[in-house]
Amino acid sequence: MVEARTQAARLWNLQRQGQVGTLAPIDGHEAVVAATAHALDPTHDWILPQYREPLALQRFGPEVLEQYMLYNIGHPDGSRFPPSVRVAPLQISLATQIPHAVGLAWGMTLQDEPGVTTVFFGDGSSSEGDFHEAANLAGVLKAPVILLCANNQWAISTPLHQQTAAETLADRAVGYGMPGVRIDGNDAAAVFDAVDEARQRALDGGGPTLIEAVVYRLGAHTTADDPTRYVPAEDLEAARRDDPIERLADHLVGLGLWDDETRSAVEAEAMTRVDEAFERAIAQPLATDAIFDHCFATDTPRMARQRAALLDGAP
Amino acid sequence: MTGTSEMNMLQAINEALHGEMARDERVVLLGEDIGHAGGVFRATEGLFEKFGAARVVDTPLAEGVIVGSAVGLAMAGLVPVAEIQFLGFSYQAMHQIAGQVARLRYRSQGRFEPAITIRAPFGGGVRTPEMHSDSLEGQLANIPGLKVVTPATAADAKGLLAAAVRDSDPVMFLEPLRGYRGIRGEVPDGDHVVPLGSARSAREGDDLVIIAWSYQVELACRVADSLAEEGLSVAVLDLRSLVPLDIEAIAEAVDRCGLAVVVEEASPTGGFAGEVVATIVEECFWSLEAPVIRVSGFDVPYPVGMLEDTFVPDEARIAAAVRRTLETA
Repeated sequence: MVEARTQAARLWNLQRQGQVGTLAPIDGHEAVVAATAHALDPTHDWILPQYREPLALQRFGPEVLEQYMLYNIGHPDGSRFPPSVRVAPLQISLATQIPHAVGLAWGMTLQDEPGVTTVFFGDGSSSEGDFHEAANLAGVLKAPVILLCANNQWAISTPLHQQTAAETLADRAVGYGMPGVRIDGNDAAAVFDAVDEARQRALDGGGPTLIEAVVYRLGAHTTADDPTRYVPAEDLEAARRDDPIERLADHLVGLGLWDDETRSAVEAEAMTRVDEAFERAIAQPLATDAIFDHCFATDTPRMARQRAALLDGAP
Repeated sequence: MTGTSEMNMLQAINEALHGEMARDERVVLLGEDIGHAGGVFRATEGLFEKFGAARVVDTPLAEGVIVGSAVGLAMAGLVPVAEIQFLGFSYQAMHQIAGQVARLRYRSQGRFEPAITIRAPFGGGVRTPEMHSDSLEGQLANIPGLKVVTPATAADAKGLLAAAVRDSDPVMFLEPLRGYRGIRGEVPDGDHVVPLGSARSAREGDDLVIIAWSYQVELACRVADSLAEEGLSVAVLDLRSLVPLDIEAIAEAVDRCGLAVVVEEASPTGGFAGEVVATIVEECFWSLEAPVIRVSGFDVPYPVGMLEDTFVPDEARIAAAVRRTLETA
């Protein structure tokens, strides 16, 4: 969690320097993402992220950071996680990853593969048709999928009450015939327990679970956003007092498992790793005609001509 | 050597699905009413009984998640064949088709193979209610990463569908509504695969070539046959697939004949006939003896029943275009 926030801060600076593209900081989501990743089994389970999560998904493979750096500099390899990392590419088109997660979970069941899929999305995405269609199908199929809605109260500038008239997002689970669980997403232990329970239920054939993890977006939507235009300062101030990192830190300090020295070391290590990953990313070669690679298994005749023309400098 | 059997397109499609499901246990079918009912046209008849509920799946009525879950099935290593009950309903899945299916390989730089086939009947002439008959092949061909396949004969329906299912790229497999029972022919027994991207000469001829796909090939052939009685030698080139496009076959036919008419059932503006004409201009400009004419629907939404025959190109319009082109030359 500390690592993710440190690296997000570093990336923010790199974005301001023009070194990386627009990205979505994780601030406020660290407990939801990291505790979920820890409750899952990276060798059998899948995670389908939206776009805010990668820095806290490094438990699924150190390559996640490498890929995320490539993604942020706009290198096409940024969405190619190696086969050992069971993480889907980031998803920018909101909620479209939810049907994928249901299909993937369903496919694993058809092939008798043990494991669950977990899909991240937000309160805004819960308004999309894909959420409804996918949750409905997951319920019908009893697919082993965890629908993890990180409700951070804001869809860019749209507050939750303009997103839904429902009292809670977890209530929607009733309509899909699955359990709906509402948890404090700033409490890492609560997240771990909820995901662990949902995972066990899914593995036992009990089907999907909708988890609404209530958090607060502590930063901007993306580097292109200015939340001071719409987030009430007093609300943000209150949310900061419930910072998921400080909550867990306080708890661990009480247990004698965490102190300022440890934190400084984790932050320094995280900073080194992100800078090294950035250096490796910008050194990654990119062929001129890479633009054609992996569109199809092999170029169509027309694309083959386009590729040749590009390499020849022809019109 | 295996023989052939006479059947209609629907039976040919059904035979291909039986063959592919038996050949590869990763093939799963999903869609509305495809299981117990065997499909609203019976394209999937008998498959549920033979291969079971786990592989022939009646889904909720939701096109977006039919296509979207097919993406996940492909990520799991399966080979989904999804049915959209009518192509006009695919508007409700277009965000998954264009944004996700077509980009899965590209976005993941080859990690995930989108071996997804999406079957859908399309085209007019059978008096369906509104929104059923839209010809969207031009829109689909304009989505990079998708293959678009449009069989015109029963044999090709079987052979191209087998090729589509075996292809690791996503294929929109468009089946002509009028051809389901209206087109019959000899179909090779057993395994029959027609490679994607090779056009077919449906009629030989030297004076002019009609370029068409799907059911319009049938009409073009009738026109060619009737003009042959007047001594005119009209060729018909069946594109079979729009993506990949057989540019060589188009160029060969137009260079040989010097005159061409392109027929499509869709609205012309931004449509695929325009793409074919552009290809002809790029490849064959100096061979052309007269302007190339498109015969298309009109730039209006696909109309209701009483206007349907006005919209859909018929033999008279195709023949008129051929005559005008011959007279201009």
